[in-house]
Amino acid sequence: MATVAGTLAQPTHTGVWSWITTVDHKRIGVLYGVSGFSFFLWGGLLALLMRTQLAVPNGTVIESDRFSQLFTMHALTMIFLAIMPMGAGFFNYMIPLMIGARDVAFPRLNALSYWTFLGGASILSLSFFFEAPGGGWFNYAPLSERPYSDGSGIDFYVVGLLTLGLSSLMAALNFAVTIINLRAPGMTMMRMPVFVWMTFVISVLLILALPPLTVGLIQLLFDRQFGTHFFIATEGGDPLLWQHIFWVFGHPEVYILILPAMGIVSEVLPTFSRKPLFGYPAVVFSGIAIAVLSWVVWSHHMFTTGMGSVPRAVFAVNTMIIGVPTGIKVFNWLATLYGGSIRFTTAMYFAVAFIATFTIGGISGVMHASPPVDSQHQDTYFVVAHLHYVLFGGAIMGIFAGIYYWFPKMTGRFLSEALGRWHFWLLFIGMNMTFFPMHFLGIAGMPRRIYTYDDGLDWGFWNMFATIGSYVIAVSLLIFLVNFFRSVRQEPTAEANPWNAPTLEWGTSSPPPEHDFDAIYTVRARDPLWYDRDHGIAPPEVTGEHIHMPPPSYYPILIAIGITLLGVGALSHLAVSALGGVIAYYGVWGWALEPTD
Amino acid sequence: MAHAPAVAHGGGHTTSTGTENRKLLMWIFLGSECLFFGSLIATYLVFKHQVIERGIGPFPVDVTIDGVSHHGILDIPLTSTSTFVLLMSSVTMVLAVYGAQHARMKMMKLGLLATMVLGLTFLGFQVYEFRTFGHEGLNLTTNLFGATFFVLTGFHGTHVGVGVLYLGSMLAASFRRNGLGRDTGAHVEIAGLYWHFVDIVWIVIFTVLYLIP
Repeated sequence: MATVAGTLAQPTHTGVWSWITTVDHKRIGVLYGVSGFSFFLWGGLLALLMRTQLAVPNGTVIESDRFSQLFTMHALTMIFLAIMPMGAGFFNYMIPLMIGARDVAFPRLNALSYWTFLGGASILSLSFFFEAPGGGWFNYAPLSERPYSDGSGIDFYVVGLLTLGLSSLMAALNFAVTIINLRAPGMTMMRMPVFVWMTFVISVLLILALPPLTVGLIQLLFDRQFGTHFFIATEGGDPLLWQHIFWVFGHPEVYILILPAMGIVSEVLPTFSRKPLFGYPAVVFSGIAIAVLSWVVWSHHMFTTGMGSVPRAVFAVNTMIIGVPTGIKVFNWLATLYGGSIRFTTAMYFAVAFIATFTIGGISGVMHASPPVDSQHQDTYFVVAHLHYVLFGGAIMGIFAGIYYWFPKMTGRFLSEALGRWHFWLLFIGMNMTFFPMHFLGIAGMPRRIYTYDDGLDWGFWNMFATIGSYVIAVSLLIFLVNFFRSVRQEPTAEANPWNAPTLEWGTSSPPPEHDFDAIYTVRARDPLWYDRDHGIAPPEVTGEHIHMPPPSYYPILIAIGITLLGVGALSHLAVSALGGVIAYYGVWGWALEPTD
Repeated sequence: MAHAPAVAHGGGHTTSTGTENRKLLMWIFLGSECLFFGSLIATYLVFKHQVIERGIGPFPVDVTIDGVSHHGILDIPLTSTSTFVLLMSSVTMVLAVYGAQHARMKMMKLGLLATMVLGLTFLGFQVYEFRTFGHEGLNLTTNLFGATFFVLTGFHGTHVGVGVLYLGSMLAASFRRNGLGRDTGAHVEIAGLYWHFVDIVWIVIFTVLYLIP
């Protein structure tokens, strides 16, 4: 495994086994990214089915129960199996490179996070073969309780999310420690790229937001399996308690989904404007402010539950305040563009579109912050429009910006700009065609989650319009896939820093060697590569010293199998859980005793 | 490697903050655990008065409903004893950490063993308490006091159990030829952080559940 930097060629590891046992953050990043994108396509397919059903009044494509499963699984897939892992793909690949490190703090824990994610994702997705959950992604009680949902769907939801939560917690712990502890010399906190900052912020959010969800899921599990009554009102329980617990997690989760995209855009805009990010400290601190405020806004999801006027006023004000740091970011991005020498690459198209579409979603969000307005919007398509503008127009646009931006770094190849334009414009038009009319439908009174509607309500036109838009999105994604597969077959032509970007990941070859950097950079300013270029500072000298990299290990996947079996046992037979526990414990022993030197 | 703090793995190398990676990981993880137990305790507090209002016993403390007095089920002297046992296990844990950091292996092993024994004793008290409550008609399904009590203290007991397994694994590994390796002090110290945290959580639970009427 050991490589003498600069003198020996990088050892080549190929084959399935090398991927299963890998502890290389770049490979794990690729695994996360590819899995996340596959689930993105799968979740999109579920959405297409729903749009097909809703295209015309009294549609007959899908019946009502299946429709409930489709919207539930669409949301769960997009949130937990697509956007979060695609974000995690970028963290894994980019964070060590951007802070000038050679790997994450705990390479094997990183692998364990990925394999546990895959286990949880399998449990959740394979529920389609039994009974998929149909209670919506927030799974309100008492609908989620045994008397109203007797099938196994909700149990798949509980076990799947517990497993995915464990995976996210391990990843978040790893990245928090990595960012605190593995920065290159001179890389102070206020010199870190904004994407690193946002990763740090969401790691903290995950570490603190997942435990309440875990507790809520455990209580629901006890209600369903062991006869407690946490959320059953007739037995003294409180269904609203579930809503509070869920949204204490759920609202920070919203920012967990969007902050990576904000981080990516904060990298892409300066690079292609050829000037530093405007107001770096303001962008960083507004990211932190968003994270802090995300803890005091959860009840704005519950304005219509009869909380009383004082809580409603408090949460309304808090929610409006959280628009301020978000607005600060938007203006800083605009100011970054202002006066810049702009290159309109595909990545830049997506980043600029992100600002526009995310702002639309942000503004409709502030509208919901007002309880009287929210009472009208609650559970209508207006909310669906809002959340898709921030998650599709925000998170997905940002992720595509990141894919086009970092593709040369990850593969050494460029995605075609011509196909990229087609992809961008069709996606942008399709996305607005699909989601903008939902504002109109919502105000016209169309409830979300209905599987069909009658003729004569005047909802037919905009529904058909939205459905056509969703197929335009599908075509744009096909173009992206063509672009991707054509590009990966080309000869690698990308040099180390093809975009002339300022951050450290561009200071090593494309793709990077296994040990990331032949020599560790010393960071002297916020945009290190631009600073070095402008001050005539040469890259650090390669000393040819021995670089130790951790050996591959199969214990992460073994422990992940154990954890997954623990969950599967909760769905089938406790003996399976016991087996899973034994495997996990054996794996931990092997892990602890395995030499890493 | 003196000029390259950004090495790929933990264990004794320089880090940006000077705090060892694994120790930092444990500290942050314990922050996460605070929210876990915080949510469970919050649930208990939400339902605390509701149990008495509904009037379906057994109740945690002595109450009089419609002129009928009910005996509180919580046995404070018994649980004070088990709390004392758990607190003493923190003392032995400190001794184990001291032994590990000063290369006094016998002291470390005895400290670990004593901590495990005290932890198991605490768990024994808990099993006895759970069984007694069961005989008095309190279980998970009786009322929300039962549900919140058993889930909260049960998860704490699980944490103690995991801790015993953690320390036991470490004790077993310390009998290998190389013991716990060159990072012995760090390994035991990090286990100690976990153990003390589980102790501190119990002090909060004991106060909130047993002492505050």
